[in-house]
Amino acid sequence: MSEIQAALKYNSPSTFDVDGIRADFPILKLTVNDKPLVYLDNAASSQMPQQVIDRLVCYQTTQHANINRAVHYLSEVATSEFEEARRKLQRFINANEEREVIFTSGTTDAINLVMHGYGRKFIGAGDEIILTTLEHHSNIVPWQMLAEEKGAKIRVVPINDAGELLIDEYEKLFNERTKFVGVMHVSNALGTINPIKEMIAFAHARGVPVLVDGAQAVPHMKVDVKDLDCDFYAFSGHKLCGPTGIGILYGRAELLEDMQPFKGGGDMILSVTFEKTIYNTIPHKFEAGTPPISAAIGLGAAVDYLSEIGMDAIAAYELDLLKHATEQINAMPGVRILGTAEHKAAVISFAVDGVHPHDIGTLLNQEGIAVRTGHHCAQPIMHRLHVPATSRASFAFYNSMDEVDALIAGIRTVQKIFT
Amino acid sequence: MANYNSLYQEVILDHNKKPRNFGAIEHPSHHAVGHNPLCGDHISVDVVLGDERIDNIAFQGEACAICKASASMMTTAVKGKTRAEAETLIQEFLAMTTGKLSHEACPNIGRLAVFAGVSDLPTRVKCAILPWHTLSGAFNAVETTSTEAEEDPMHAPIGDA
Repeated sequence: MSEIQAALKYNSPSTFDVDGIRADFPILKLTVNDKPLVYLDNAASSQMPQQVIDRLVCYQTTQHANINRAVHYLSEVATSEFEEARRKLQRFINANEEREVIFTSGTTDAINLVMHGYGRKFIGAGDEIILTTLEHHSNIVPWQMLAEEKGAKIRVVPINDAGELLIDEYEKLFNERTKFVGVMHVSNALGTINPIKEMIAFAHARGVPVLVDGAQAVPHMKVDVKDLDCDFYAFSGHKLCGPTGIGILYGRAELLEDMQPFKGGGDMILSVTFEKTIYNTIPHKFEAGTPPISAAIGLGAAVDYLSEIGMDAIAAYELDLLKHATEQINAMPGVRILGTAEHKAAVISFAVDGVHPHDIGTLLNQEGIAVRTGHHCAQPIMHRLHVPATSRASFAFYNSMDEVDALIAGIRTVQKIFT
Repeated sequence: MANYNSLYQEVILDHNKKPRNFGAIEHPSHHAVGHNPLCGDHISVDVVLGDERIDNIAFQGEACAICKASASMMTTAVKGKTRAEAETLIQEFLAMTTGKLSHEACPNIGRLAVFAGVSDLPTRVKCAILPWHTLSGAFNAVETTSTEAEEDPMHAPIGDA
């Protein structure tokens, strides 16, 4: 496809060629329980277009060897493709330098890297770490482990009933002991888009670094780490039309250089004797062992694919999906949306009166519709909203308006069974 | 693939809507709380075990239709039975819902055969067995039990819910 054709194809939501896009995703042709698959669990993991699958096949069939080691042909090709993938990711999030892009196994691994590399070195007894009620367990538990080890304290930003952070309360939490802020960009459970740029600016004015969990943001909007001015930004490949087992930690170069390594092993060293080991430069200092090479290259292909469509076009189209779904669900008696923030990504957590989320999940599956049910690895939000669990429909740019309608019809069927 | 409609049968929907023996017993001889950490569901089971038989049994808690109906039908099934009979039924129910035995191979299963279909839904098996698990815990003086308790013989790991 020429660039002009691509531009026409994905120009604006009204001309967004969702049928053309769907044709790129072989899995969307599946039927489940004799119904066309309606995949609305994208916040858990997204599907992979043929372009990425082809890239993985090409790598495995013609380019694979271990990287950064041998002088033979395949090793050189694999190394060069792996580093090219790093540059693609650098451009995708607009990082200053490619060495600021570290390949991890995912968002959880990236956050743990920061906890071990930065937290264990720079956070001590009596220091305070600010997190929010919205955080995924992956941005809570590592910091609790650190707090327990060091005698540090975790302070939590509360939310209102709509699922929005109370920014006044956030600002009040700062004091001279505040050493770190961890905040998610977009809530996986409620869809809330947090005002992280303002939050980062406030923290920086007090000399406090900020880690952003961007797992749910990067697949759905243009993310520019330079514009956000964040210190760390973590996200996963498999929510971004890429493979599992790969993720990214963006870190500001000067912070990464000051940090201690997270894992020890091959590739992360310059020289090793039993007396002394000299660590490699960034990013390699944080990439011990053979990385998931094919997954990194696959992720590079995934961001190429997304860039061709355009993240702004994706965001605009998904907003249309969200609007359509929200309007229809709001019009249904007995169904309530949890998370009604003014700025939301295309995630709808909902409750149906008198029906447990697990029953909703099983019955929607009967209709071929995949939603997530449970606490979404965000139990503090569930406690705050006084629900044990919710059902969650999370959309991607390859979902159609017809699929929104299928969800609505599915919820009606559930209600009928339970009346 | 399972026919899910066969699981959400009238009898299950009815027990979910109007659970039998729902509530607490003031002075139970045996009591346990069962928790499914994968979904946050929890139920408690109170038992009054007389010299020979289960004189009274009640349950309460927050749970899905499968779990609540299973608990409700469990209480009606074991009330008046001896502890040994109830324990046999627990074993049969677990064998059936985990797919180890067909419902025809469970001589005491009776109306509980409506839960046979759950064996095709690995993520829902725990919903059905939680009450039984909890009753077993009550008999064995395990006050708090969990579908994830490693030491429990009923522990059967499934994926992340």
